[in-house]
Amino acid sequence: MPDFQIKKTSKSYDVCIIGSGAGGGMAAYVLANAGIKVVMLEAGPMYDPRKNVTQLKWNYESPRRGAATFTRGFGDFDAAYGSWELEGEPYTHKDDTKFDWFRSRMLGGRTNHWGRISLRFGPKDFKRKSIDGLGDNWPIGYEDVAPYYDKVDQLIGVFGSKEGIENEPDGIFLPPPKPRLHELFIRDAATSMGVPVIPSRLSILTKQLPNNDKRGKCFYCSQCNRGCQVYADFSSSSVLVNPALETGNVDVIANAMAREVLTNEKGLATGVSYVSKDDMQEYVVNARIVVLAASACESARLLLNSKSTFHPNGLSNSSNIVGKYLHDSTGASMGGILPKLVGRKRYNEDGVGGMHVYTPWWLDNKKLDFPRGYHIEYGGGQTQPGYGFGFGMHKHNGKYPGRDGNTKPAGGYGASLKDDYRYFYGATFGMAGRGEAIAREDNYCEIDPTTVDKFGIPVLRFNYTWSEHEIKQAKHMKETFEEIIHRMGGVVTFGKSGPENNYGLENPGRIIHEVGTTRMGDDPKKSVVNRYNQAHDCKNVFVVDGGPFVSQADKNPTWTILALAMRASEYIIEEMKKQNI
Amino acid sequence: MDRRKYLKTLAASTAGLGLLFHACKPEDAAKTAPPKAPVNYDRTPVEQEREQKLFTEQFFDAHEMKTITILVDIIIPKDETSGSASDAGVHDFIEFIAKDMPRYQIPLRGGLKWLDVQCMKQFNADFASLNATQQVQIIDQIAYPEQAKPEMQQGVAFFNTMRDLTACGFFSSKIGIADIGYKGNTPNSWDGVPADVLEQYGVKYEEHRLDSYVKHT
Repeated sequence: MPDFQIKKTSKSYDVCIIGSGAGGGMAAYVLANAGIKVVMLEAGPMYDPRKNVTQLKWNYESPRRGAATFTRGFGDFDAAYGSWELEGEPYTHKDDTKFDWFRSRMLGGRTNHWGRISLRFGPKDFKRKSIDGLGDNWPIGYEDVAPYYDKVDQLIGVFGSKEGIENEPDGIFLPPPKPRLHELFIRDAATSMGVPVIPSRLSILTKQLPNNDKRGKCFYCSQCNRGCQVYADFSSSSVLVNPALETGNVDVIANAMAREVLTNEKGLATGVSYVSKDDMQEYVVNARIVVLAASACESARLLLNSKSTFHPNGLSNSSNIVGKYLHDSTGASMGGILPKLVGRKRYNEDGVGGMHVYTPWWLDNKKLDFPRGYHIEYGGGQTQPGYGFGFGMHKHNGKYPGRDGNTKPAGGYGASLKDDYRYFYGATFGMAGRGEAIAREDNYCEIDPTTVDKFGIPVLRFNYTWSEHEIKQAKHMKETFEEIIHRMGGVVTFGKSGPENNYGLENPGRIIHEVGTTRMGDDPKKSVVNRYNQAHDCKNVFVVDGGPFVSQADKNPTWTILALAMRASEYIIEEMKKQNI
Repeated sequence: MDRRKYLKTLAASTAGLGLLFHACKPEDAAKTAPPKAPVNYDRTPVEQEREQKLFTEQFFDAHEMKTITILVDIIIPKDETSGSASDAGVHDFIEFIAKDMPRYQIPLRGGLKWLDVQCMKQFNADFASLNATQQVQIIDQIAYPEQAKPEMQQGVAFFNTMRDLTACGFFSSKIGIADIGYKGNTPNSWDGVPADVLEQYGVKYEEHRLDSYVKHT
């Protein structure tokens, strides 16, 4: 017997889903409930926030007081395994371009980390080219997706308020929580300059969902990022994959790193080959349909690595578009101290995991020097002290009068310094813009011709640059933030920047909203999948992560990934019934 | 799911923890094999292995630890509200952080050395051997960034780092959390800013939104 062999699973499935995040979880949920036999490949371990607990731990229970590590980039208690680098799984960059890629290999993927911000794209967001001539329109419009947004709202739950803003469509909302103190100051300052501040829209259950006794309601610990033991927030594992497993129609294969989508002589997919991280052996699983949901870049990588006689340029890449039009949200932030909040009264203001108010995009681009908009997220308050608490006190305590009315020299030590930390506690706040970048063909990921990962899988090489559009948008963000802070009576302590660093515009990838690598369209020469997320060149392959996005909007992509994955899954069911696939 | 029952279970499972951090000091660990990493929350196997490794290593030597312990108590001493930084175990936290985040190793070790050399120049003894008055004389030269002499700037940078680590180590400890008065990390019902606080700052909830907010019964 040869040393190297490929093991075939005896069981054959209707559908193989690669990835268990928002898109993969939703596909599994919809397909399994329709009686379809599904196998889900997950590149990381199983995970359940009820068993893998970090919620309600104190920072002193962590020897690093909650600080981030190489293996948990967002903090020791963050639910998401992974970070900007993964051991043995490199990615590279073309020339000196920048792109930071956050990966979380575990059940539920990056839904274990995200901020639960659940915004619908609006009618304009699907047709931006018609408005400003840049990028492309989606082949579908808001009216096509709206029924699915409604269903996602009802299935998963989202709180918010009816506002009637044209491009920020209202959903089927649970009641929002009242704002915190700093959020009221922000509201008053921002609205005085015409910047709207409305209740945030987060997928957190402020009320129990009707007909769902598996999920409890929020108990306001502010720790959604740690995973919720009562499943009061949306994570793909607890809300979609677990219920899908309960149908008995889904097998999850954990620690299965997909290598290639396999095709037959007619160019149709027959299954997926993967390497098991448990035994480092090679496996093949057969399925009639393959659904890619591995994340925009990982799915593009899989398609590009799935070369065959029929698909010499990679699977479903006759257009040469796979990997192109990669785009992430723009991001820039600023924050400060609100002197009127020093020495404030203590009370529990944890609230939900994230902001209670936010600012949707409010301006008309015709009057601005950049296209597209951004929304603003807010933070602050009396949070749990952990690693990093009080850092840089020497930059603050010499600037403001203390409890006794006198201003001391900056820095210091001893009882007086100790009291400064108490005095400034809860008086800091921050804000961050999240905006829409223009999708461009020359921003892309491709297969690095010379580099493989530890599994021998060729890795991605990124080529991404910001244009003037995004830089001008970041400049506008900073001007807005500074004015809000000024009107609040606050003092800026971080985030002041100028043209020398693109106004603090974060590296592409940093906002973790990257989409567009397998974009949808009606023209197979200019797009990878059709309006139902089905590959133009291979009718039994679908992509249901952020890859099919034509443009990203100034919204977090998750709610749209979920709606489109649900829509694509219903289409798969119909096509299977018609025996078209 | 009965939520109340759940919360009760949660409360029970988080009580009485936090002692484990001290339960496995390097010298103890050597006797018991294999040592269990002293954390009680979700860890992947890779993380578990790394925690174990870090807890069996020692970065600072005895003299360095002695100096660190004196420094953290100068930065955060005992006062009428709470204990000192070393009471809260901040010196152990700094030892751990130096192993966990190697970028601190050179600035801390080098900074300690810089401090001792300065003390030798001025008092002909290392920092830990000085009396309290002498120690304060040295610290006064590096504790105020805007007043320190140019030749003391390396000491200022070191002391800024020590101040930051001591503060976060102290205020994230059990003693420090109680001192600063953080009231959260516990199941509750958020029903907005307390009325007296709204009044104090002269802010209000918007009338037209009041009906839409979560109601707690």
